[in-house]
Amino acid sequence: MPEMTYRDALKAGLREEMLRDEKVFILGEDVGRNWGGAFSVTKGLAEEFGDHRVRDTPISENTIVGTAIGAAITGLRPVAEIMFGDLISLAMDQVCNQAAKMRYMFGGQTSVPLVLRTPFGGGKNIASHHSQSLEAWFMHTPGLKIAVPAFAYDVKGLIKTAIRDPDPVMFFEHKLVYDKKEEVPSEEYLIPFGQARVRREGTDVTVWATSFMVHKSLEAADELAKEGVSAEVIDPRTLAPLDKKTLIESVKKTGRLVLVTEETRTGATSAEVAAMVQEEAFDFLDAPIRRVNAPDTPVPFSPPLEQYFIPDQKRIAQAIRGVI
Amino acid sequence: MCVVGWQPSGPTVTRGDHVGMTDNKNILIELYTKTQKVRLFEEKVWELFGQNLVPGTLHLYLGQEAVAAGVTAALKETDLVQSTHRGHGHVVAKGADMKAALAELLGKKTGSCKGKGGSMHITQFDVGVLGATGVVASGLPIAVGAALSCQMRKTTDVVVCYFGDGASNNGTFGESLNMSSIWKLPIVWVLENNLYAMGTPIKMMCPTTDIAKRADGYCIPNVVVDGNNALEVYNAAEEAVARARKGEGPTLIECKTYRMKGHSRFDAAKYRPKEESDWWLGHDAVDIIRKIAIEKGALTEKDADKIKKALQKEVDEAADFAVKSEYPKPEETLDDVFAEVP
Repeated sequence: MPEMTYRDALKAGLREEMLRDEKVFILGEDVGRNWGGAFSVTKGLAEEFGDHRVRDTPISENTIVGTAIGAAITGLRPVAEIMFGDLISLAMDQVCNQAAKMRYMFGGQTSVPLVLRTPFGGGKNIASHHSQSLEAWFMHTPGLKIAVPAFAYDVKGLIKTAIRDPDPVMFFEHKLVYDKKEEVPSEEYLIPFGQARVRREGTDVTVWATSFMVHKSLEAADELAKEGVSAEVIDPRTLAPLDKKTLIESVKKTGRLVLVTEETRTGATSAEVAAMVQEEAFDFLDAPIRRVNAPDTPVPFSPPLEQYFIPDQKRIAQAIRGVI
Repeated sequence: MCVVGWQPSGPTVTRGDHVGMTDNKNILIELYTKTQKVRLFEEKVWELFGQNLVPGTLHLYLGQEAVAAGVTAALKETDLVQSTHRGHGHVVAKGADMKAALAELLGKKTGSCKGKGGSMHITQFDVGVLGATGVVASGLPIAVGAALSCQMRKTTDVVVCYFGDGASNNGTFGESLNMSSIWKLPIVWVLENNLYAMGTPIKMMCPTTDIAKRADGYCIPNVVVDGNNALEVYNAAEEAVARARKGEGPTLIECKTYRMKGHSRFDAAKYRPKEESDWWLGHDAVDIIRKIAIEKGALTEKDADKIKKALQKEVDEAADFAVKSEYPKPEETLDDVFAEVP
């Protein structure tokens, strides 16, 4: 199996879907031939599929998403890119009031099969407007599906599923995973939504983490293994739908749970997961559920500040030790 | 094209003489029929509302019927329409099933949105209405996407996007007009300028009397018409639709019009000067097109009455259906969030 970067696996998934279905097209700021996407995900696709199917747009986030919606409800399969996750704030009406609600408020008369891709997260020293992790905003919006792939294999299988899904999908790509490599099969495969992946098996504690924090949690688990602690690391891969079963079964086995996300703490996706686990597996818990998140501040710029802000493997390991 | 009306700065300009406008009798009959149909539909809604059968709020289309009638008479069945919170007329004029439309307003299971949408989200996709939206100006981007889709799928279908004077002050107006222009999209922007955004006169919120001028900045041809005159609206729409169908891009039509009632449920619109409302209420959309159709020999008084009577029967039957229909079961709240239960 060839090794691929996350970026190339994602591009391969997009390309396969564009070859398979001519209704699939990409739109967004600088996705076309001059730039190929701010993180080079769509580089080369405009040359292969033409400017009409890899379509540069003006800096008009609300209308980019609205355009994707209008195309989706009239028979196309748009994949819109918002250059930075933070900028979705400019398109919240179209995402949360329109795309998410149209099937429902029109009584099932229409489907909105669009994908909204966006790079997100910190670690690049680009401060408060280009570094946030805002998944929880959308997990709180009924009608949206949310994918948070952390690995090259997953991103390819999930983008293909996202494009074929009849409902709107938010597709979050952490900036620090684009260069991470993994073996990716050449033959076609899809990954169903709502299926977590156990990235590391363990017996003492369950660590549920998303996106870049899965990588950090695996590092923490390796460190703890040297101390004789066996941590099981679960990557949900999608937040909506959420694979509750895999997590609950793991918690029933280990009796302990640490949740790790890069979001600011209050109202994070991990807060919802903690509430769900205590409702469904309270009797199996041997310790309080612990959360590892960023503090409740905007994302700072200066390297020492940002390093303090983003959870690292040491903080994760410390939290795990705290429940053992 | 000339405009009649009480402009924000006072009464202005000359009355249209309809020179060069269509004499096609079928079209004149259609214009009268559609205008009358929307009027009767809305009067029925007002009546049902008075009987406390319409939950929530209402933004009636009463007074603006000629806009939807004139525009849709220039469309073919497969053309698409993006509506607004004041959308009953858009849906009915596009050919919606009035039973399902009225049932929706009453929150019934048989409503076109199964009682999930109501007045502000009234829509019927099967006749090409892409949805009515409760967020002012949010339909414009969606219309851009639908028009892009028509272009990319190589159809000759055209998208009409209705929006109001208030919406023209929102950011999506500029974003969407710009995108429609750079991509030469098959779209007709129909600006229904009823002179008020809720209670705020447009003259306080816009530095120009004719909002259509703003389209110049996006290189979009634009025209101002008497929005209470279905024939004027039709002629402008026909030209705009033809341009769009030929791939020549968008047009903006500003229709000057007026609400017969207030903004919503309990608004008596006391903020409107009496002189102004008297003028507009005397400039009635149904009377105008009825008179034109009769003058041009398309209809006799008797024909017009007969059409009205038949429409009234249809509306009454639709209301009867809606009133007798059942409410959805409470647990149906949970349906239709996603295509399938995950």
